[in-house]
Amino acid sequence: MQHINITNTRGPRPLEQALKITMVACSVIAIIITIGIVLSLAFEAYRFFQLVSLQDFLFGTKWSPQTAIRSDQVGAEGSFGAIPLITGTLLISAIAMATATPLGLASAIYLAEYASPTTRNVVKPLLEILAGIPTVVYGFFAALTVAPMIRWTGTEIGLEVASESALAAGLVMGIMIVPLISSLSDDVINAVPQSLRDASLGLGATKSETIRRVVLLSAFPGIAGSLLLATSRAIGETMIVVMAAGMAANLTANPLQAVTTITVQIVALLTGDQEFESAKTLSAFALGLLLFTITLVLNVVAQKIVNHFSEQYD
Amino acid sequence: MTDFTVKTPALKRRHAAEKRFQWYGLGSIIIALGFLLLMVGSITIKGIGAFTQTRVALEIELPSNEFNLNDLKATNYGAIVKKALRNAFPDVTKRRDKRKLYGLVSPYASFELQKMVIEDPALIGKTTKIWFVASDDVDMYIKGNVDTSIDEKSRKFSDKQIAWVEEIQKKGDLEKVFNSGFFTGGDSREPELAGILSAFMGSALSLSVCFLLSFPIGIFAAIYLEEFAKKNRWSALIEININNLAAVPSIVFGLLGLAVFLNVFGLPRSSPLVGGMVLSLMTLPTIIIASRASLRAVPPSIREAALGIGASQVQAAFHHVVPLALPGMLTGAIVGMARALGDTAPLLMIGMVAFIVDIPTGVLDKATALPVQIFLWADSPERGFMEKTSAAILVLLVFLVLMNLVAIILRRKFEQRF
Repeated sequence: MQHINITNTRGPRPLEQALKITMVACSVIAIIITIGIVLSLAFEAYRFFQLVSLQDFLFGTKWSPQTAIRSDQVGAEGSFGAIPLITGTLLISAIAMATATPLGLASAIYLAEYASPTTRNVVKPLLEILAGIPTVVYGFFAALTVAPMIRWTGTEIGLEVASESALAAGLVMGIMIVPLISSLSDDVINAVPQSLRDASLGLGATKSETIRRVVLLSAFPGIAGSLLLATSRAIGETMIVVMAAGMAANLTANPLQAVTTITVQIVALLTGDQEFESAKTLSAFALGLLLFTITLVLNVVAQKIVNHFSEQYD
Repeated sequence: MTDFTVKTPALKRRHAAEKRFQWYGLGSIIIALGFLLLMVGSITIKGIGAFTQTRVALEIELPSNEFNLNDLKATNYGAIVKKALRNAFPDVTKRRDKRKLYGLVSPYASFELQKMVIEDPALIGKTTKIWFVASDDVDMYIKGNVDTSIDEKSRKFSDKQIAWVEEIQKKGDLEKVFNSGFFTGGDSREPELAGILSAFMGSALSLSVCFLLSFPIGIFAAIYLEEFAKKNRWSALIEININNLAAVPSIVFGLLGLAVFLNVFGLPRSSPLVGGMVLSLMTLPTIIIASRASLRAVPPSIREAALGIGASQVQAAFHHVVPLALPGMLTGAIVGMARALGDTAPLLMIGMVAFIVDIPTGVLDKATALPVQIFLWADSPERGFMEKTSAAILVLLVFLVLMNLVAIILRRKFEQRF
């Protein structure tokens, strides 16, 4: 009988080796990008913190970055207290989430539990369009249509409304986030086993009682995760606030006043000509690091929650 | 015996709550979609006017003694246009009124005339009727955007100018035509002349760079992670990393681009090259995630069959698995590119926020992008720019719809169920 040699007689394949190395390199790029972000932000922020102390930055309540024309002028240092920016960011994100959470959750529940498959197939992509529209379009609409509308309504009922109110930016941002919440929650609600619903319905509960007391309860962790992801999105959103929220760093919780956000200030500090040694320019990177840290923590926690609880029914 | 058909008050209440609950859901969807309709509708109404343009005709005298045939550029064309306007309205004598009269045509009229004469020197020595782009004020008045009910002093367009325009209109020397300049021109300080071509080319160049970088890197990374990598701590780390990168705010990528691409590598500021690189950082995670999902959808039997007849692991992956997953990967890439097309914030960081008149031709030229142009125009106070902003948004939305349609068609056409 003839012996067939099935071992590889051609030796290692150099092309395949090269291909494998290329592929490894490509996947490592993802890590390099993250390291690049952290390093570049940290390096510039470190230079900033040599000019301004970390306490002043994190706990200062006055934000007015300015470059001195003469070194001895009053207020030449500028003040870099990030508190008004953080509260402004939180205020607008809170308005956005207060708008998006009820709308997004109710849409998700309706689509998952009540809507016919045809309605679902039509409405879901339509809602996703909201997520696909560039944020610069939302910003334009917020600044040109929504803000004047809110201002007009406010004046009619006797309220003082700033022309760049936090409310306008927050409301529009909320609408933008609706599809994010609705599609994530929709998945979570659909993952709740049918047996739980059947058990509740069998005991005589109405459909809405079943949804509120059984389905939402067991889907809660997933929904919480999706809300956290949405919050992180709202905090990092830039164009809507750049166009519709103000530049004035007010420390206020009044949604009718103008506030500014971390992202607005980064844009304001870095567009136009810049000298790279000034505390003003470097402060943008400190703000960037702050923003990156906040959103990263939110994302990691959200993913942990979702992963932890999604295994429950598998 | 209990009669189940009787509705007790408690049951009625519960059924009413059930109805209300359904209405909340339906109401939310209606609010969200109503907002979408309102936004797109109002922008369409505002922007549709920008696709037409008002033009006025003037009797232009080109006396041959004012022209040097060897240097046609030397003539003062502005003066010729002004003279034509004065001839059309001989009773305008005051200096201030004359200046208002000159404001009926766009400041660009003299260049238009110069171009025409250079192209056709036979015009010299004759009197011809020539159409010019009307100024922004006239354009807005003709389109009904000037509120004539407010006091003359507080509006830019005076009663005299209105009378002149009406007179021109009566003579039939005023027309509304398709505004081709909007699609073929660069940015301008004058709203009636501003076009989107320079911004569009900037976007196209940036997206090309973005695609060339992120598509190959993305699919190679996805193939490695899905087909070759062992499930260990490293691959888990990369996976978590990619998921987190996908959720990083886009402005942070802009900061990275500024600190690394511009300041460390010294690449040219405002260039589509850097813009594309920054955008590719953002699209990369999207492409990797989509590509992995589409590789995962290829059944193991395909791999096993290939390996079974003696293919190497690389051959099995690249000859058999990847071709089946490619449409899904492309779809993911197109969706990622559509997002990159609309993204503005990171481009502001790297200086692609300049006043660009010239059409960029290479990736190293100074350029801006379509969404950034929208942002810039939205900031301009002139009424005419609001129309242009809305029109530019419409163009951007059309491109987004087209890209998503291509993605959907690709998916439908090549989708295979195993």
